[in-house]
Amino acid sequence: MNAKTVNTIAMAGLWLTGCIVLAILAAFLGYILYKGLPVISWSFLTGVSSDITVGGGIGAQLFNSFYLLFLSLAFSIPIALGAGIYLAEYARDTRLTRMIRLSTESLAAVPSIVLGLFGMIVFVNFMGFGFSILGGSLTLVLLNLPLLVRVTEESLRSIPDDYREASLALGATKLETILRVILPSALPGIFTGITLTAGRALGETAILIFTAGTTVSRYMGDTDVLAGGETLAVHLWYLLSTGLVPDRDAIANGIGAVLILMILFFNFAVTLPFRMLQSHMGILKK
Amino acid sequence: MVMNDLAHQRRLFYDRYIRWLFIAAAFLMSLLIASIIFFVGRQGLLTFADVNPIEFFFTARWAPSAHAFGALSFISGSFFVTLLSIAFGAPLGILGAIFMAKVAPQWVRNILQPALQLYVAIPSVVYGCIGLVLLIPFLQSSFGVRTGFGILSASLILAIMILPTILSLSDDALRNVPPALEEASLALGATWWQTIWHVVVPAALPGILTSIVLAMARAIGETMAVQMLIGNTPLIANSLLTPTASLTSNIVVEMGNTMFGSTWSNALFLMAFVLMLLSLGMILMIRRLGQRRAV
Repeated sequence: MNAKTVNTIAMAGLWLTGCIVLAILAAFLGYILYKGLPVISWSFLTGVSSDITVGGGIGAQLFNSFYLLFLSLAFSIPIALGAGIYLAEYARDTRLTRMIRLSTESLAAVPSIVLGLFGMIVFVNFMGFGFSILGGSLTLVLLNLPLLVRVTEESLRSIPDDYREASLALGATKLETILRVILPSALPGIFTGITLTAGRALGETAILIFTAGTTVSRYMGDTDVLAGGETLAVHLWYLLSTGLVPDRDAIANGIGAVLILMILFFNFAVTLPFRMLQSHMGILKK
Repeated sequence: MVMNDLAHQRRLFYDRYIRWLFIAAAFLMSLLIASIIFFVGRQGLLTFADVNPIEFFFTARWAPSAHAFGALSFISGSFFVTLLSIAFGAPLGILGAIFMAKVAPQWVRNILQPALQLYVAIPSVVYGCIGLVLLIPFLQSSFGVRTGFGILSASLILAIMILPTILSLSDDALRNVPPALEEASLALGATWWQTIWHVVVPAALPGILTSIVLAMARAIGETMAVQMLIGNTPLIANSLLTPTASLTSNIVVEMGNTMFGSTWSNALFLMAFVLMLLSLGMILMIRRLGQRRAV
């Protein structure tokens, strides 16, 4: 076989690979939505889940998912902003900085089940929160932080030095420059990062099983942070692995579709305005 | 004038001291990873008060009620699932990366990039769910096995889950190869594919290897999808289609049944500790690869 023929075959093979990559994704998303969308209804989205009878809803889990997400972001965003500002604006190449960078990378690599067990030791047992929304959201912070810190640092670094110099030249202190000039310019990038993190946290399961637990509060919309906080993703897993309800496959399909819709929403609908703002401000263009 | 001076003093005061808040926030990262290692490690290592390390790592009899804590079947389960998922996922990922970096026109890239983002964003329980309803029945009918759970089903789904990691990082590595190398090879009369395969891919190899190691770290730590597909039977698998278990899957299955502080529970923490050490080892390996590339 001569080199020309191999070349043609390789080219065809590569196009085929590209198509396969897209086809798998399309098949997965299509299948979940095809199976799950018919299940979704108002009573499904707001109803109380049932352990034994047909017709349970996912209202409490839906509420818990967003409540946990909100709490964990509220804890992690200030810390991530601080750490990102330090790494982007202050840090020199010292041993401390290298250690912090290595720690952030390592934290990102720790398997989520290990984070979950850590949360179980520290928050659930040691601090005595029990399987609760508070324990779950504090543990979820560990998952969010590395990603948020990296995004914050990168967004701050993408701001041209002219901004800093101009602000300093006008007599602003370094802190004022960062808080009033650099941070506002970097916000679209940071918001994009936050929504991506939120999307990931919404689907997270392994961290939450042993920190937020697999039970829900009896009341709809219970804001007690020490109540059990089963989320949608955990409920999906619970149904498929130990669920007893007769219509568990239908419910599972419905949850799958809801999760996929939320992911699509967080990845495209929410980030789109920020992306446009970012490119409008000319920050993404080099 | 005095007022002005005070205001100025205050601005300088904030400027000097608020930075310590930023440093504290950054230092928290180190504090967190250290306390994860400490707490999970301490709880896990308590196992060795009751269980011989040799029994834990080198025997496969796992019967907590009979006080037998041999974790070899989980370790081998994790090992083979990871290896096989790389074997399925890496070729597809690397070829996909070559396609994306060197073949795909801009409009195809504009489709592929958000597609990869979606691959990452799909929750692992949803991957597990897809495996349960699509892959398991397919394996049952095509191999004539009774359950279809096992290393093969878990690693096939994992291969798809790690695809975006390999693809996007290898894509970066391939695109960073200096065009001069490519042009020189083409000018010498090599065909396009010869240039890609013998010049561009070797030049990007450190980056491609980094992507594979990161994918391995993700695969070995993946919990939910593996737990839903591997069969959860604490026995060493004698075929790819026999139900078995992995470190992660067994933690999820059994942790809820144990009493915190019992040997059984500690042994599960030890498995988590082993997992964490493996992932941290991979991060250090990636840093090595990165340094070699810089030279």
